[in-house]
Amino acid sequence: MNVVVDLNRCQGYAQCAFLAPEVFMLHGEESLLYHPVVPDGQLERVRRAAAACPVQAILVGEEAGAGAR
Amino acid sequence: MRDEPCDGRIVIVGASLAGLRAAEQLRKEGFSGSLTLIGDEPQPPYDRPPLSKQVLLGMVSAGQTGLPQRGDLDAQWRLGVRAVGVDPIEKRVLLADGAEVPFDRLLIATGTRARPWPNPAEAALDGVFTLRTSDEARRLAERLDAGPRRVLVIGAGFTGSEIASACRERGLAVTVAERGPAPLVGALGGTLGALAAKLQRAHGVDLRCGVTVTALEGNGRLTGAQFSDGTRIDADVAVVALGAVRNTEWLAESGLAAGPRGVTCDAGCRAFNMYGIVTDDVFAAGDVARFPHPLFEYQLLSLEHWGNAVAQAEVAAHNMVNPGPRRIPHLSVPAFWSSQFGLNIKSVGVPTFSDQVVIAQGSLKDARLVAVYGYRGRVTAAVSVNQAKSLEYYERLIETAAPFPPAPGAADRIESPAPVPSDVPDPKMLSHGPTVALTGHLPDRRLTVVHPAH
Ligand SMILES: Cc1cc2nc3c(=O)[nH]c(=O)nc-3n(C[C@H](O)[C@H](O)[C@H](O)COP(=O)(O)OP(=O)(O)OC[C@H]3O[C@@H](n4cnc5c(N)ncnc54)[C@H](O)[C@@H]3O)c2cc1C
Ligand code: SF4
Repeated sequence: MNVVVDLNRCQGYAQCAFLAPEVFMLHGEESLLYHPVVPDGQLERVRRAAAACPVQAILVGEEAGAGAR
Repeated sequence: MRDEPCDGRIVIVGASLAGLRAAEQLRKEGFSGSLTLIGDEPQPPYDRPPLSKQVLLGMVSAGQTGLPQRGDLDAQWRLGVRAVGVDPIEKRVLLADGAEVPFDRLLIATGTRARPWPNPAEAALDGVFTLRTSDEARRLAERLDAGPRRVLVIGAGFTGSEIASACRERGLAVTVAERGPAPLVGALGGTLGALAAKLQRAHGVDLRCGVTVTALEGNGRLTGAQFSDGTRIDADVAVVALGAVRNTEWLAESGLAAGPRGVTCDAGCRAFNMYGIVTDDVFAAGDVARFPHPLFEYQLLSLEHWGNAVAQAEVAAHNMVNPGPRRIPHLSVPAFWSSQFGLNIKSVGVPTFSDQVVIAQGSLKDARLVAVYGYRGRVTAAVSVNQAKSLEYYERLIETAAPFPPAPGAADRIESPAPVPSDVPDPKMLSHGPTVALTGHLPDRRLTVVHPAH
C-alpha cells in the first residue's frame, strides 16, 4: 500500500504523526514528512490516521499501475 | 460517439500525477470505454515533491515514492515508450516504437523536464546532475551518500533551495549560486527573498547572489566551477536547478497550440489549435498546460504546482465525459508548499501577480509570518512561513478580490503595516504578445493557414 498527503491541505495538526509515527513525522514546527510506502504491519494505523486527519489530506491506496511494471 | 461521452477510447499521454488523477476521475464519472496511459518513464506514476525532500534526506529511497491509486482503473498501461506525435485527422497517437494508438479523446499531460546545463560537454561531466525524475533523484542521493566534499547548487528557486537544505541537513558543504539578488526572488519577490538569504547563510550555506556560473570544470569528473565575478570553487557535485522545459516538442506537427510555453487550453482544459480555434477532443492538464485564469485578469498561466496538476486533471477528465452545458471551469486558486531549512512555506494565489507586499501577520525576525501580496489595490496572493493555518483566510480574500492592503487581522500584531514594492518581475510579463499568448508559439513563426492533406 502507498500513501500520499496533499500538503496544500495539510494543516500540520499532527494527528497522523501521533497515530502512525513510523509513517508520518513533523519536520521542524509544521512541515510534514511521510514515508510513501506503508511498511508491513502499519496499514491499520495508517488507515486510522487517514480517517482522523481533520482536513482529509491523506490518500491511501494500492500503488498505481502496479500491474503494469 | 457524440452522444455517448462515457464510451469510446480515451488516451492519456504522460503517466504521472496529472495523468493518473485524470484516469481515476474518468472512471469515477462513469467512463466505461477503453483507457490507455502512455508514459516514457518505465515506472508507474510516482510523486515528485518527495524527491527533493524525503529522498535527498535519505528517509526514503527514490524508487519508493509511488503514488497510490483510488479504485481499479482497468487501463492499458504503455510505460517506457515515448509518444512522438499526434495525427489529428486520423486521431492517432504515434509512439517511438512505431505503434499507433487510436483515440476518440486525448489528454495531454506530459509535464516538464529539468532544464539542462547549456554546455553539453560540461553537462556530461561525472558529478553534474539535474533533479526531476526518480532516476535522477536516485543517482543524486547515491552521490550525496558517498560524502562529496562540496556540492554546488546552481539556481536558488524552490528546487535548488530544497536541495541545498537537504545537503546542509546531511552536513555537506554547499555553495549556492543565484543570478538574482536573493533566493526565491523570482517566485516570492524581494521581501521573502531577503529572509531566505538570511536563513540559508544562518544554516551554513555559502550563498552567492548576483553571480552566474560561467563554466563547470573537470576532466571526465567535475572538479570545480567558475563564477561571473571571477571567483572559482572546488566542487565534486553540481546540481543544475535552472527550472523546467515543457514537454511539447512531440506536438510540433500536431497543429495544436503547443510550444515552449506549454499547450494553450481554455478554462475547461480543451486545447486550442495553432489558430486559436478550440478543439473538442484534445485536452491538457498539469505542468504542460497553459490556461486563462479569471482571478488574474485571464492571463494565461502555466503553474508548476502539484495541486494544480490534481485539480486541472479532475476538471479535464470531467469535461472529457460530459456534454457542453455540464462542463466545469478550472478556477481553483493556485497553491503550493515547500519545506526548506526547517521552515514550512505555503502560498496561495499568484505572488508574482503583484506590485506590493505587506507583512500582515508575524514578523520576518521570527521567520514566522504571513506576507500578503496586492496588485492595483486588491489582494492577489499570500505566503505563509510556519504560519500555515492562517492561509485559508487569505485565500478567501483573494477569491473575493478584497482590497489591498487587507484590514489588520485580530490574530497577530503587525510588524510593518506599510506595504512595500513586491519586487517581482513585472506582472505584465506574465503574458506576452497576442500571437504567443494564443498559440504558445514563439513569435518567430509566421502564422499562415495550412490545409491538412487527407
Ligand atoms: C523535485 C521536485 C520537487 C517538487 N516539489 C513540489 C512542492 O513541494 N510543492 C508543489 O506544489 N509542487 C512541487 N513539485 C511540482 C510537482 O511535482 C509537479 O507540479 C507535478 O509533478 C506535475 O505533474 P504532471 O503530471 O503535470 O507532470 P509531470 O510530473 O512532469 O509528468 C509528466 C510525465 O509525462 C512523461 N512524458 C513527457 N513527455 C512524454 C512523451 N512524449 N510521451 C510519453 N510520456 C511523456 C514524463 O516523463 C513524466 O513522467 C516538485 C517537482 C519536483 C521535480
Ligand atoms: S493529520 Fe492531516 S492535517 Fe494533520 S499533519 Fe497529518 S496530514 Fe496534516
